[in-house]
Amino acid sequence: MLQISGWQLRLPSNLTRFVLLALLSVGLMLLDARGHHLQKIRSGLTVLFVPIQILAAIPVRVGGWLMDLTRTDTSLREEAERLRAEQPILHARLQKVEAIEAENAHLRQLLGTSALIAERAVVAELLEVASEPYRHTVVIAKGAKDGLYLGQPVIDTYGIRGQISEVGILQSTAILITDPGHAIPVQVNRNGLRAIAFGTGTLDSVSIRHLTASADIKLGDLLVSSGIGGGFPFGYPVAKVKKILNDPNEPFLDISATPVAQLSYNKEVLLIWPAKSVMPAVTKKAADIKKPAAARDGGSAKREAVPTGTNAGAGFPLTQKNPAERKKPVEVSKPAATSPPTEAPNPAIAVPAKPAEGAVQ
Amino acid sequence: MKLGHNTHGRLIIAASFLVALVLSILPWPVWTEQFRPDWVALVLIYWCMALPTRVGVGTAWSVGLMLDVLYGSMLGENALAKSLIAFLAVHFHLQLRMFPRWQQAVVVLLLVAANNLLVLWIKHLAGQAPATWGYLTPGIVSMLLWPWLFVILRDIRRHGNVN
Repeated sequence: MLQISGWQLRLPSNLTRFVLLALLSVGLMLLDARGHHLQKIRSGLTVLFVPIQILAAIPVRVGGWLMDLTRTDTSLREEAERLRAEQPILHARLQKVEAIEAENAHLRQLLGTSALIAERAVVAELLEVASEPYRHTVVIAKGAKDGLYLGQPVIDTYGIRGQISEVGILQSTAILITDPGHAIPVQVNRNGLRAIAFGTGTLDSVSIRHLTASADIKLGDLLVSSGIGGGFPFGYPVAKVKKILNDPNEPFLDISATPVAQLSYNKEVLLIWPAKSVMPAVTKKAADIKKPAAARDGGSAKREAVPTGTNAGAGFPLTQKNPAERKKPVEVSKPAATSPPTEAPNPAIAVPAKPAEGAVQ
Repeated sequence: MKLGHNTHGRLIIAASFLVALVLSILPWPVWTEQFRPDWVALVLIYWCMALPTRVGVGTAWSVGLMLDVLYGSMLGENALAKSLIAFLAVHFHLQLRMFPRWQQAVVVLLLVAANNLLVLWIKHLAGQAPATWGYLTPGIVSMLLWPWLFVILRDIRRHGNVN
């Protein structure tokens, strides 16, 4: 109780305070979830809390350092031996990949579509900090100053891990593909069947929904990113199908897949900057996408000219603007022919919104 | 003199919450993740029970907001859940003090479960509900830890002369 010149000012009761603060919380949540008005405040606050995160990361750092100290000479030598043996194999594979890439680029040129351009990648360290219960996020020791952006794909040497969901100045947060708020557009590597892989909240599985019993998907199928939505580049491994349950009472198959990326290991990750040509397709309107490539202005004329013209002009013609713009129409109209009717335009259009949603939550 | 004493106590309380926050994001092997006790809730319940005039809904809200920032969850999510815990703990602090230790532990389980359920509801509304039943395990682990934590915090309070 406060007494100010005869007036009695009672401090609000416990219940009143709780109700007021609850309302304030709800307001904050609405602002945060709906409009993302708090992005600035949040990144400011995040900087304030960096010391706590560093404090929490110390035990693992020290542990790793001690492990390094106690590692014996022989084990190091063995590892070096193994790496040395691995290197020529990887190099040999890389040679083949380069040849295939060139061939692929040439074929795409013939088709009048643009190929994927080599992406820029940067290795980033993970800060050893646990995530919120039920969520799967990791803190990456790189931030806006390194050029990171919201929705940037995060991969490791095996496949896609997730995407950047929050960019701070010094460090950022990435949401993993298994987070319950995440979804990634994928396709079956074998036949190009499109689907969306949703996070489940368990680190060893993502679930594929909305595929009917007639869908051509088998155990062990590799799911790769389909590139629809523009967030993730095309063709990176995402998960392997591990279980398909066909319950006749359910309209869709119950499919779960194991992520191929090593999600539970605290190691380095790779941040990639996908080629610019993939991005514009996102902002294209659905009507624009559905329009046949040939009908677009100058499209038909260019198509005839492409094979000879660009091949003669440049050794690496993929960076050209025009083929890049034409890439999506051809790609998107394809699934209608190859995939079952359940995969009608709906998912293809619905997909782009999903990864973005995952990114902001 | 009075003020000095006050700030001293405030520092001790703040330090205990800081430790709880660090423990909340301290990395453990992945499989133990679902057994992580709700450190912040434990410390909060203790202070609300012991010193309801100093630590209450307001403190809980601020600490919850810090947790939101650290976790990267929606701002206000943990703040709301923690203020609920504090509200209940302060409201029933007289009864809680009378309870034997094991009965207090059961109340801790209920409070943490309520906290997690609320967080789960909020997540569900936001469309990020996990497909697990893991939200009860933190409550059980918190319950088991309560007797020990109670003794530690009580000793800290007495030793630091926080009242």
